[in-house]
Amino acid sequence: MAKKEIDLNRVPVAKQDPEVRARNFEEVSLGYRWDEAVKEASRCLQCPKPVCKDGCPVNVLIPEFIKALQEGDMDKAVRALKDKNSLPSVCGRVCPQEEQCEVACVLARKGAPVAIGRLERYVADWALNYSREDDSVPSDVSPSGRRVAVVGAGPAGLTCAADLAKMGHEVTLFEGLHTAGGVLKYGIPEFRLPKRIVQAEVDYVTSLGVTIELDNVVGRTETVDDLFEEGFDAVFLAPGAGAPMFLNIPGENLNNVYSANEFLTRVNLMKAYRFPEYDTPIRSGSRVAVVGGGNVAMDASRCALRLGAEKVYIIYRRSEHEMPAREEERENAKEEGVIFKILTNPRRFIGDEQANVRAVECYEMELGEPDASGRRRPIAKPDTAFELEIDTAIIALGTRPNPVIPTTTPGLELTREGTIATDFKTGRTSRTGVWCGGDMATGAATVISAMGAGKRAAADIDAYLRAL
Amino acid sequence: MFPILEKQDLTPVIHLWKIRAPRVARKANAGQFIILRHGEEGERIPLTIADWDREAGTVTVVFMEVGATTEKLAALKAGDAIDDFVGPLGKPTEIDRYGDVVCVAGGFAIATIVPIARELKAAGNRVVSIMGFRSKDLVFWEDKLGEFSDDLIVATDDGSYGRKGLVTEPLKEILETQKVDRVIAIGPTVMMKFASLTSKPFGVPTVVSLNPIMVDGTGMCGACRVEVGGETRLACVDGPDFDGHTVDWDLLLSRQRAYVDPETVSVARLHQCEGGCQNG
Repeated sequence: MAKKEIDLNRVPVAKQDPEVRARNFEEVSLGYRWDEAVKEASRCLQCPKPVCKDGCPVNVLIPEFIKALQEGDMDKAVRALKDKNSLPSVCGRVCPQEEQCEVACVLARKGAPVAIGRLERYVADWALNYSREDDSVPSDVSPSGRRVAVVGAGPAGLTCAADLAKMGHEVTLFEGLHTAGGVLKYGIPEFRLPKRIVQAEVDYVTSLGVTIELDNVVGRTETVDDLFEEGFDAVFLAPGAGAPMFLNIPGENLNNVYSANEFLTRVNLMKAYRFPEYDTPIRSGSRVAVVGGGNVAMDASRCALRLGAEKVYIIYRRSEHEMPAREEERENAKEEGVIFKILTNPRRFIGDEQANVRAVECYEMELGEPDASGRRRPIAKPDTAFELEIDTAIIALGTRPNPVIPTTTPGLELTREGTIATDFKTGRTSRTGVWCGGDMATGAATVISAMGAGKRAAADIDAYLRAL
Repeated sequence: MFPILEKQDLTPVIHLWKIRAPRVARKANAGQFIILRHGEEGERIPLTIADWDREAGTVTVVFMEVGATTEKLAALKAGDAIDDFVGPLGKPTEIDRYGDVVCVAGGFAIATIVPIARELKAAGNRVVSIMGFRSKDLVFWEDKLGEFSDDLIVATDDGSYGRKGLVTEPLKEILETQKVDRVIAIGPTVMMKFASLTSKPFGVPTVVSLNPIMVDGTGMCGACRVEVGGETRLACVDGPDFDGHTVDWDLLLSRQRAYVDPETVSVARLHQCEGGCQNG
């Protein structure tokens, strides 16, 4: 039999034209059509030892769902995909596949790896649009009679809640905001992750029998001790990001200097891009500087463009090589017109008479020897100060843990950084019956790593509950 | 949903709601606030807690019509329900046996200071209260604050009721003539600023309750940052109470004005719609 010819290039995916999309909030990537998805799926070699699976923090059954797609059996593909992943439409869009599953794909040695992320999105979206299967709790799972409180309805909490519900436990998910989804709703913009997709995934989790209680800030509305008193047998803490970090330079509290959290929350959660139809306003001007080099900086810069900015700068103190943002997001931002000012660091923000920011003074940097993080340390170049005229600044430097739960929960050991000390493999904290995952355990990280933490904790909580 | 059990119009523009919110009621303490939101398009706004009943599971809030959102909220009646009502947020006001305490409140913040005066009184303090209003038609809860005060002074800017003048004048007189161990000042930012400036030369610790613009109100967004003692703090989790003598008042005042222009747009739009606009 002739050896099957492998196409070393992946099927390209259609995107909105950069000039058009830079002015709207519609999704940038249009996703595969049926024929494209099947063609791309056919590139998968169905390796006997699928290393792609090991690269996935939640071990999605990658070869299985792709094989079903090759065979055109969509119900089977959906079952395989959802077996390990309760939020596949989200992961297909925002996971850094290039450093997880796709980097491990054997095709990557010779050419382009299978576009696992795009296929995941295709199958997951198909399920949202067409699936008639009832994929809620399998009928052979009997209720355990145990109750678990999951704190925070972001990626970690949703994943943990879904897994525990599938295992037969009664789960209540407590969310501080007025809607479930966490960073998927307030942080990641509509054009990268449509909110109707997030809501559909949340609805899937509730279809498993999970109760969601909104407007409940655990630590304030109820303490962890209250939850145990109410009869919960275990608590999983995944409250997410806390206070934004700032540069601590002069002028940072001027008007129109935003944290990325505030800027993105106004735009995504509160839909300020539709002001005045929506009540929450935003003041995003025509010349915007975004400080930072991560995915959040890319999201903020691209939102600023869509809000009508003429010039948007990314200010980053190292070189592009050191930027933590995904390559795909950097490319998208550049295509849309975001200007990268690398090896540049802000020194102070300068205000006008109304205390609105009107400029940022920066200086140039060069790279020295590698520092503790392994990245080359940026060093200020003398006499390179210059002023950049701006009317909006957005600081995207990450977040600090929120102190509300640690300060109201006795018996929780903290790390030096203020996160809750957590065993990475199990999610266990220093307090019996309390698990933790997501940003509160690790500091700011990715959606999928939070989901992985939720999944591992669910397995450990299940074992704990069954031994009670 | 959080039902409005009772609505009172304390003045034509200041309204009181008693809301059924058992979880909030169970934890509420003087000085804390809630965030509410109503309607799919609604914004999140913070309101301080004026009272609570743990048994009945109710929380009382008081708000003044100052913009499009509060104007829309004012149209809701008993029997209606609000979509989101979350709290209690922020740290409670520190209550201790200080000795002689002066409570200064202006405008609708009278509602905030009443439970604080009540707790201070219950803790064994001598409480002197000063309440200030623009004019007589805005005066409310004189009897309520009086109930927890050993002495009560009412002042109006135009002299239409009580003493004529600002709250800082009686405050200064008291500081000059009596022993004062603590001042609590809550009201419009300008009032809190000048109350703090008045007490500063006397070296009397002065607590203020700051009301910057907030979005999430739970310590995530940083919109409510204020500078106190040269440090940036978040009013929603580190406050809302701070040392009035070290607050950067001018920064707070300028940050509070950040959305004046968009607010004008919202109010204009609201009034236009009242004339019968079809597409919301």
